[in-house]
Amino acid sequence: MSAVTSPMTTTVASPDKSPEHHYLNHSSGFLSWALTLDHKRIGMMYLAGILFSFFLGGVFALAIRIHLWNPNLDPEAAWLSNATYNRVFTLHGAIMVFLFIIPSVPAALGNFLLPIMLGTKDVAFPRLNLGSFYLWVTGLLFFTYTLFSSGIDTGWTFYTPYSIESKSAVEAATLGVFILGFSSIFTGLNFIVTINTMRPPGMTWFKMPLFLWAVYATSIIQVLATPVLGITVLLLALERFIGIGIFDPALNGDPVTFQHFFWFYSHPAVYIMILPAMGIISELMSVHSHKGIFGYRMIAYSSIAIALFGFLVWGHHMFTSGMADVTTIVFSALTFTVSIPSAIKVFNWLGTMYQGTVALNTPMIYALAFIFLFTIGGLTGLFLGALSTDMHLHDTYFVVAHFHYVMMGGTLVAFLGGLFHWWPKMTGKMFNDTAGILSAAIVFVGFNLTFLPQFVLGTRGMPRRYASYVREFQQLHQLSTIGAMTLGLGLLVAGLVLLHSLFYGKKAPMNPWGGATLEWECSSPPPHDNFSSPPTVGDPYDFTSVEYDGKTGSYFKKKK
Amino acid sequence: MNSLILADISEGFWFPPAASTFAKQVDFLYYAILWISIIFFIPIVIAMIYFMVKYRQRPGYKGSPEALHNTPLEITWTVVPSFIAIWIFWEGAVGYLDMAIIPDDTVDVAVYAAKWNWNFKYKENGAESPILYLPIDKDIKLTMQSKDVLHSFFIPAFRAKRDVVPGRYHYLWFHPTREGVFDLFCTEYCGDNHSTMITKVQVLSDEKYKAKLAELVKEPEDIVERGKWLYERKACKGCHYAGTEGAKGPGPSYNGSWGKKVPLANGTEVTFDENYVKTSILNPMEAARKGYETASAMPSYKGQLKDEQIDALIAFIRSLESGPARPK
Ligand code: HEC
Ligand code: HEM
Ligand SMILES: [Cu+2]
Ligand SMILES: [Cu+2]
Repeated sequence: MSAVTSPMTTTVASPDKSPEHHYLNHSSGFLSWALTLDHKRIGMMYLAGILFSFFLGGVFALAIRIHLWNPNLDPEAAWLSNATYNRVFTLHGAIMVFLFIIPSVPAALGNFLLPIMLGTKDVAFPRLNLGSFYLWVTGLLFFTYTLFSSGIDTGWTFYTPYSIESKSAVEAATLGVFILGFSSIFTGLNFIVTINTMRPPGMTWFKMPLFLWAVYATSIIQVLATPVLGITVLLLALERFIGIGIFDPALNGDPVTFQHFFWFYSHPAVYIMILPAMGIISELMSVHSHKGIFGYRMIAYSSIAIALFGFLVWGHHMFTSGMADVTTIVFSALTFTVSIPSAIKVFNWLGTMYQGTVALNTPMIYALAFIFLFTIGGLTGLFLGALSTDMHLHDTYFVVAHFHYVMMGGTLVAFLGGLFHWWPKMTGKMFNDTAGILSAAIVFVGFNLTFLPQFVLGTRGMPRRYASYVREFQQLHQLSTIGAMTLGLGLLVAGLVLLHSLFYGKKAPMNPWGGATLEWECSSPPPHDNFSSPPTVGDPYDFTSVEYDGKTGSYFKKKK
Repeated sequence: MNSLILADISEGFWFPPAASTFAKQVDFLYYAILWISIIFFIPIVIAMIYFMVKYRQRPGYKGSPEALHNTPLEITWTVVPSFIAIWIFWEGAVGYLDMAIIPDDTVDVAVYAAKWNWNFKYKENGAESPILYLPIDKDIKLTMQSKDVLHSFFIPAFRAKRDVVPGRYHYLWFHPTREGVFDLFCTEYCGDNHSTMITKVQVLSDEKYKAKLAELVKEPEDIVERGKWLYERKACKGCHYAGTEGAKGPGPSYNGSWGKKVPLANGTEVTFDENYVKTSILNPMEAARKGYETASAMPSYKGQLKDEQIDALIAFIRSLESGPARPK
């Protein structure tokens, strides 16, 4: 089945001996994908699934914003009933968090890149890797089921006791979350083992690309924190089925215990979401500045510091929940410790551009947008970490805006940047750069228009998760809705640019951007086995010997 | 009543009116962090744009790969933000302690949160009201409890918030400094009608407050009026609209139902009369309406309402026999 000799001719010469033979045409047929053990194909399947989830979550997001165009003070005249609105925002949040953001970078890009960046053939446990993917699909099916049964209306946080008495499909959703948790744990485990045991000779820890450091730190959190989520949703399901009385006040349980359980996972989970994104940005800033990363060690250490401190701050989601005053104050103090490593990273990324040769192409523009948006997200975390201001801001739109700046402005924008960056490698096609930059610009404008007004809504007192609101908030809500439409348009353009490249894109050279990590030393797309002979490992950020070859449109490494 | 609809129009860009002593602390720290953020953010953006322009890839230009490290710089940008963070934490904690430590000698109000309704009971004379009335310039202490799920008590103009947790008493205090009417929201998601669990707080001068309490303590004599009075205070209003006929909230509308046949979940039909209403209130599961199987269940009021109160509720529901009267 393998295309050993292909009649097609290449337009651009590639140093690979059989340029037409790569992982995409290595074998064909449905089963060759469905049962593949190739990390690249698994990564691509994740990518397709994740983008589908993102689309679904996005449709719900637009529904939310359209509904909030009006104050809906008369529930009869509102577009969605309150009950429907609650289902829409819950599914939006749950899909975005559990099905999209958490697996996005590690499972899709990570799977594709990790072995190649390590110069190996695959991850340590390829079968487990495929298993993780099918667990993810099963989780998706559970969520799809809730969608077609009575929905789910508890919010993505499943707070008790409402989640105990809710008549929506809480069981299906929690089982879905449980299964997705295992998918996440197995991926993390696989990556940890791969990085620990399969680094090629010469790649010491401090010769590792920062993307791998970030994925490594993420994997540690996934393995350590996700089991707590598993047990939490299991206890919740038991509480619903047989009333074990841990969370239910009617049975002498304490609903606040649930919040501790939940945030013990979910705060570290926000770092599962952001660390890989930070890893992407480190790669993008350095490759497109054609200059080594500034303060490599600080970035590597700060990833690990964030992963560890991240376990100690969950209480900052519960400042108003009636914890003891001392506990509350200690959690606030600890919260500020995580803000410092994030700040350091921003400075280091800027330092990377300093005196570099900055190529302003699509991935880089997304990376710069990330820095802008993530900085706002991080700075607004300070308002929420400080106790007296959080008393006012908790559970208002200010929090909504904060986490969209970090999760969407941060992780999603970094994910898009990474997608554009590695797209030529993954698909072998170049996209239209001008159109890509246009998409980034629309996303940037739309994003700010959507979420800046929400900060003001929050400080003025607009609570979260409201299907209707008092009149004084209407103008800001309408601005936000207009922004959301713009944002949707930007994402649509980004999608079209990538789709267009699949059909009409020029063939991608081996190293279109001038990266020095190993994935740029195999052809685009990579062959089935990644490397015909083990690559030599150098400094991943040594750009002095990377030079451009006008004939092939590719960079290459000068032999020293 | 009309003046209550547009309560807090914001006075500045960021905040609703500052109507309690907490506002000063919170707003000060908010503006302080805002300025600190701006002072960090502007240079970051300027540096970014400057580097984008100055070091952009272009023919004839080649950057230098040298600057990879600068220990003094790296120490500075770790240590300076750390000190600032410590200061922010400190200010926040001091403000928090002020909110957490309840002074002696307070005016006490009990807060009952239930899906989807607030009810306030004044310790002074036992009066109850669905709107919170407070005297100005007094320390107020709220003792809050929830009948069902989590709620959260939030008055933006007071910068005061605290969750209301079933099975516990939570306390909140504040000191109103300004007369007027302000919004009061539930900010912890509590199911279907979370967003309608809003009411107002009215801060009054001392005499007016006393007069208000004296007025509130008198329950209406007329039985229908009394029914409506209970409807507003016992959370019925949060689930049952008394407005448009057939309007479906979490529970059925009372309007125009009296005397008609209504379908039950078990497939039978029943006449909407005194007995049916009484069963619905005391044993709602026994008389569950068709079409409400996935709704937020009606809680049983057994032991919480006296017979005489149930009679009043029945009279009120019956008075809506002939369709919309929009009691508001
Ligand atoms: C949490 C929401 C909720 C609250 C609070 C509530 N109800 Fe209900 N009520 C329902 C639901 C849902 C139904 C329909 C299902 C059923 O019959 O149990 C219902 C049914 C009824 C019915 C039968 C109506 C019909 O058309 O069949 C009556 C009468 C009634 N409630 C009265 C009251 C009164 C009086 C109060 C206040 C003392 C009250 N309810 C408070 C949710 C609520
Ligand atoms: C820079 C450091 C950060 C600080 C100091 C910080 C602080 C906080 C605090 C105190 C809250 C709770 C606010 C409240 O509910 O009252 C919060 C909420 C949240 N933060 Fe952050 N944050 C930071 C970065 C991040 C990052 C990087 C992410 C994710 C990528 C993130 C995601 C979230 C989410 C999802 C919530 C809300 C969860 C919910 O209630 O649904 N934050 N943040
Ligand atoms: Cu957190
Ligand atoms: Cu609520």
